[in-house]
Amino acid sequence: MKLSRRQTIGMLFGLLGGYLVGFVATSLDTADKALKFEPPKLGSTNQLELVFNPPVVVAAIGTIFVLAFVATLFERRWERLARGALLVAALCFIPLVIVLALALSDAPSTNIVQLLVESLRLGTPIALGAMAGLWCERSGVVNIGIEGMMLTAAGTGFMTYAVLGDASSTPILWLSVGVAVLTGGLVAALHALLCVTFRVDQIISGVVINLLALGLTGFIRSEVIVPTGVAIGIPTPDVALPGLSQLPILGDQLFTAQPIFLMMFVIVAVTSVVLFRTPFGLRVRSVGENPHAAETLGIDVIRIRYRAVIIGGLVAGLGGAWFSLESQAGFEANMTNGTGFIALAALIFGKWRPSTAFAGAMLFGFTRALQSRLQILKVSLGDFAIPSEFWQSLPYVVTIIVVAGAVGRATAPAADGVPFERSR
Amino acid sequence: MNVPDAKTVGHAAGASWRSQPALVPLAAIAMALTVGAVVILLVGSNPIEAYAALLRGMFGSPDRIAASLARSTPFIGTALAVAFAFRAGLFNIGAEGQILIGATLAAWVGTFSYLQDVPGALLIPIVILVGAIGGGLWGAIPGVLKATSGAHEVIVTIMLNSIAVLYVRWLVGSNDPVVLRDTTASVPHTVPIADNARLPELFGSQPPLHVGLLVMLALCVVVWFILKRTTFGFEVRTVGANAHAARYAGMGVNRTIIAVMALSGAFAGLAGASEVSGTVGFLSPGVFVGIGFDAIAIALLARANPFGIILTSILWGSMLSGAGLMQQETGLSIDAVRIVQAFVLLFVAADVIVRTIFRLRADRASDAMDTTQLSRGWGA
Repeated sequence: MKLSRRQTIGMLFGLLGGYLVGFVATSLDTADKALKFEPPKLGSTNQLELVFNPPVVVAAIGTIFVLAFVATLFERRWERLARGALLVAALCFIPLVIVLALALSDAPSTNIVQLLVESLRLGTPIALGAMAGLWCERSGVVNIGIEGMMLTAAGTGFMTYAVLGDASSTPILWLSVGVAVLTGGLVAALHALLCVTFRVDQIISGVVINLLALGLTGFIRSEVIVPTGVAIGIPTPDVALPGLSQLPILGDQLFTAQPIFLMMFVIVAVTSVVLFRTPFGLRVRSVGENPHAAETLGIDVIRIRYRAVIIGGLVAGLGGAWFSLESQAGFEANMTNGTGFIALAALIFGKWRPSTAFAGAMLFGFTRALQSRLQILKVSLGDFAIPSEFWQSLPYVVTIIVVAGAVGRATAPAADGVPFERSR
Repeated sequence: MNVPDAKTVGHAAGASWRSQPALVPLAAIAMALTVGAVVILLVGSNPIEAYAALLRGMFGSPDRIAASLARSTPFIGTALAVAFAFRAGLFNIGAEGQILIGATLAAWVGTFSYLQDVPGALLIPIVILVGAIGGGLWGAIPGVLKATSGAHEVIVTIMLNSIAVLYVRWLVGSNDPVVLRDTTASVPHTVPIADNARLPELFGSQPPLHVGLLVMLALCVVVWFILKRTTFGFEVRTVGANAHAARYAGMGVNRTIIAVMALSGAFAGLAGASEVSGTVGFLSPGVFVGIGFDAIAIALLARANPFGIILTSILWGSMLSGAGLMQQETGLSIDAVRIVQAFVLLFVAADVIVRTIFRLRADRASDAMDTTQLSRGWGA
């Protein structure tokens, strides 16, 4: 009997589930652990927390994995059931990792809301990068230069801040963010010029942009930023959303936050609406799927592609501003450190759709947040303290697994990467 | 402005090597230097002085020439890795990870106690070969994933780079437990390999010029031979030109993809092993940072031609080598050279710009990589 793709994945889940129930759950320390929902407050002992027994939870998740495997066996009869079961099983990885980490460390509890908010926060540049890529690729222009766009924007953004000086002035901070956004658009315009007008191979154009970004920002850093003497500044201040910030638990932790983080949600929503609910979005997508058909209908393919790529660049620029003006106010060489490529992976994971790409970005954000959390928890297997490099590699390993297996074959916009020639 | 001819524009780097072998690249370099000069002027330095210092830093004395060649040596192997994959229509961004894994395995094997007394004539090939195998295995991963699940090699190789960097940092840097670290050294690096495993030096410059350069030159000939004179090379080029046609002709496309990626990784791993064995005899984490992108740029400049790679690697490596003197003499950041390099690549890729400005005529497509378009989209 030949197993379908889904059944193969199901079988892997089944084996893992059996292992969890049979071996892991029995060998774990049986001490109760707790998940907290609020940061510790002075003078208040009455905190919301969820106490659980790690072996029981691990066994339960293992059982879910086995059940998911059983469901895939009946894929022919109940396809939706099999699909849903696999999705649930995949989502169970998140609690599984948290519970296992807690069980293997000495800490009695960990704050779960903080972890999730941190995931969203660290996922911000990834989500913005993915939206940038979405705009480009939906219009048929492959963009592996997101990394370079973000890096250049981060560089010029902090350069503006450092040159204009006044660290306590909010207008200058906003001006710097504006410069970063415009820089992203400018670099994207270069990408569009190369790919759309000169029809350079789009991957090569992306490499050029990444290379240029490294050189340019390194140069800016040593020739402009360092001489000003402004090494670190004050990052963007927290904004309390009216109304929402009054909510219990989430109000303090999620709705009182830094502006680019909050803007990220708006951009994801706007991207989603504009691309899929407006005539302009329809044009962008049609140009990305079949530019010649679009041209026949009187759409100016070149102009639409320019617009889409530049919009993407502006979004990437905001992502760059997150690095040098929000997460910290400062600029280091190559500070984006591969985030643009992870954003690209999130985009592919999300099959070129805003909501799923956002979910992918948050998954990577989660692995990043988890990695720092696990380092604090000092997780160890027996005497062997798991090295921090292992946790740091997690997002990359997850990316490979996701790209290779979990999503199945992703279909890019049909004209993605194909230079367009106007018919005569 | 002339309207560029459609035939020449659609290609990745649509110029001809045969009739104007170096005109476009030379013009591109001239334009990149001009742009670089503008940037240097903007920060208030004198571009002519800077470029003069750069040139002296590159080739000013026998010692500097040797240092430049030494700096270029690893670029040849990694650029070959990228170029070889290009020929099969694959984009290997993973040279950095592959060279790192190759170098690590070579540095590890070179310290085996029972190999310490093996004569160099046997030990050096062992170390180099192990490096090539290491790089080859690391390179085979994206090949296998691409062939079996369609995962795009660009994403997978980038991720594998980061993973390699992290794991090697742990292997080389960890104190508890000690894995490969030389505990007597203050800066983390691996235990030095056996003296017999060291490649002989050709010139005692800093960094030393070693036999590795000759190994790399030989590798270029081997790659040229594989591509042009073997059945496998024909398959590689066919898959690169049109995978559907190759499949229709009965070629094992998936098998070719895996083999190309593994060989590509092996070239990079070989370069890593030769660096460890030729320069200092141990591996420090972080020596190969960014080499993968340099390799891509070099391979593109050379139009994926194995012999072109020798020249462009030397140009690239000596620019980086000479930048030190430029910084000393004019106080200008080394990154100025990086900007020039990026523009060289830009103008070579967008050769329409160069052709328009210099009024160069475009000719028929050559047999180089312009039949291969890299960005065919993501899935297939």
